[in-house]
Amino acid sequence: MTGAQIAARAAGGTSVIPRASGRQRFAELAFRALLLGAVGVGVLALGVLLYDVAADGLPKLSTDFLTKFPSRIIPANSGVQSALVGTLYLMVITTVFVVPLGVATAVYLEEYADRNRWWNRMIEVNIQNLAAVPSVVYGILGLAFIVRGPLSIGNVLLAGGLTLGLLVLPVVIIVAREAIRAVPPSIREGSLALGATQWQTIWKQVLPGSIAGIATGVILALSRAIGETAPLLVIGAAASPRFNPDGLLSDFTALPIQIFVWVQDPNREFVSLAAAAIVVLMVVLLLMNSIAIFLRNRYEQKW
Amino acid sequence: MSRSGEELTVADREATAREATEPARVAESPTPREAIFEVDDVSVFYGDKRAIRNVTLDLHRHEITALIGPSGCGKSTFIRCLNRMNDLIPSARVEGTIGYHGENLYDASIDPVQVRKRIGMVFQKPNPFPKSIYDNIAFGPRVMGMKGDMDEIVEGALRRGALWDEVKDRLKTNAFGMSGGQQQRLCIARALATAPDVLLMDEPCSALDPISTGRIEDLMMELKRDYSIVIVTHNMQQAARVSDMTAFFTVELDDDGSDRTGAVVEYDATGKIFTNPEDKRTEDYVTGKVG
Repeated sequence: MTGAQIAARAAGGTSVIPRASGRQRFAELAFRALLLGAVGVGVLALGVLLYDVAADGLPKLSTDFLTKFPSRIIPANSGVQSALVGTLYLMVITTVFVVPLGVATAVYLEEYADRNRWWNRMIEVNIQNLAAVPSVVYGILGLAFIVRGPLSIGNVLLAGGLTLGLLVLPVVIIVAREAIRAVPPSIREGSLALGATQWQTIWKQVLPGSIAGIATGVILALSRAIGETAPLLVIGAAASPRFNPDGLLSDFTALPIQIFVWVQDPNREFVSLAAAAIVVLMVVLLLMNSIAIFLRNRYEQKW
Repeated sequence: MSRSGEELTVADREATAREATEPARVAESPTPREAIFEVDDVSVFYGDKRAIRNVTLDLHRHEITALIGPSGCGKSTFIRCLNRMNDLIPSARVEGTIGYHGENLYDASIDPVQVRKRIGMVFQKPNPFPKSIYDNIAFGPRVMGMKGDMDEIVEGALRRGALWDEVKDRLKTNAFGMSGGQQQRLCIARALATAPDVLLMDEPCSALDPISTGRIEDLMMELKRDYSIVIVTHNMQQAARVSDMTAFFTVELDDDGSDRTGAVVEYDATGKIFTNPEDKRTEDYVTGKVG
């Protein structure tokens, strides 16, 4: 049949292929609209929030805002230097504390632990549970064991970093385990069959093969820690200090704490400073997440 | 186990082949039938389940021994006993003794890492490391702390693996960019780089096309002058083409049919297994009546 004949036949309305009914088409469309609506609610809420914060905060943003210390009296003379520096220090301490501990735990659970033993299964279940414990509980833990109690180092920068470290440790363990598990068993077999010891296999094959996944996971875990307010409030971060921390045992504050202090202020001017500080926090957060995405795209091992 | 006249001819043929290709080696080469593995009454268990039972056979030096049989008959389990790879499965247990140059591989004092340094293994699916071709080969020598010029070691291994000419200009490129057949020859070369004296191959050609398979078979024929090779294969033509000795494994069901255990039915010179087997089950399998 030529094209013209086929067109003529279609116009005649005779067909062996049944056409979709109007009802079916409507159901398809309605379902798609419903899904799109669900996406829309989330995106819209986020958009409004970002707009609101940016509208309030952007006019206040300036180099001065980043370099000045917070003032209790004059909003125009206020800045976030001590909070920004404190947050960056906290992230460094948390990373140094949590990466070796979390990766070592993950290596043990993935490469050495015998899953038939009840204590190993118990450790696994508890790590899952710990990842879901509210952050304020970690604050109380930090207060009781690090600030006071056994360690008694006071409400200092190190205490803040360690508390945030404990908070994200379960998350780091979980992401590191996933990254390690993504290295196929055939790589381990190949290495062991060449006479490598288990430790050489882990150090030279498994960890290099999973490092990108671990790094990505660690950064994403840190971006959870960076916004945490409750645990730092509980352990006693300083409110609007006019100095940067000068060591591990120095008083400190962090961006979320500064934001919290400012939004509580009865003076409207201070509240819009909070919006500007939120913008700063978000930029730091976005930077960290972009590094994570870059690492994943650039170094992730495809097996 | 029958030792027939066929066996002698295999040995003769091999000796002649060696003489023809490398006359200098004959004087220093040991007697052709020296056993490298003496497997005595070996059974392997995974937990309570017995995977293979009572395997007794000798594997000889400078020969290719093929292990054939239907799926699930324990060929892979058996070959993994020979370099203690089964140790990696927590529930696996090996009974019986495996003599290797007269020493029991499963003696409590033996370190499996040292065993694997002497007995190389190539797996079903090529498993190059996500590193350069050079680093793939150098990995084994490095973990062994081998002394000497690493470039030379790498080149030697790649030459023995019949890969040198294809890759000499891209040693620093990632091994994942090679074809499947090249990757498998890389894995063979990698195993050879540590200078083992046995090469275990667990279905090395099952993921490869016929041309790559042919190259690997040629390579095996080359390699048996210097190494002893044990190969698991599902390809009976392959076993017939390359091997000197063939062991036929099968699955035996216990009385109520619930447990499946692998066992050796017949072990003999390859020519005999394929043309005049003693056991009816071997004959049915090699002629394609079952399996």
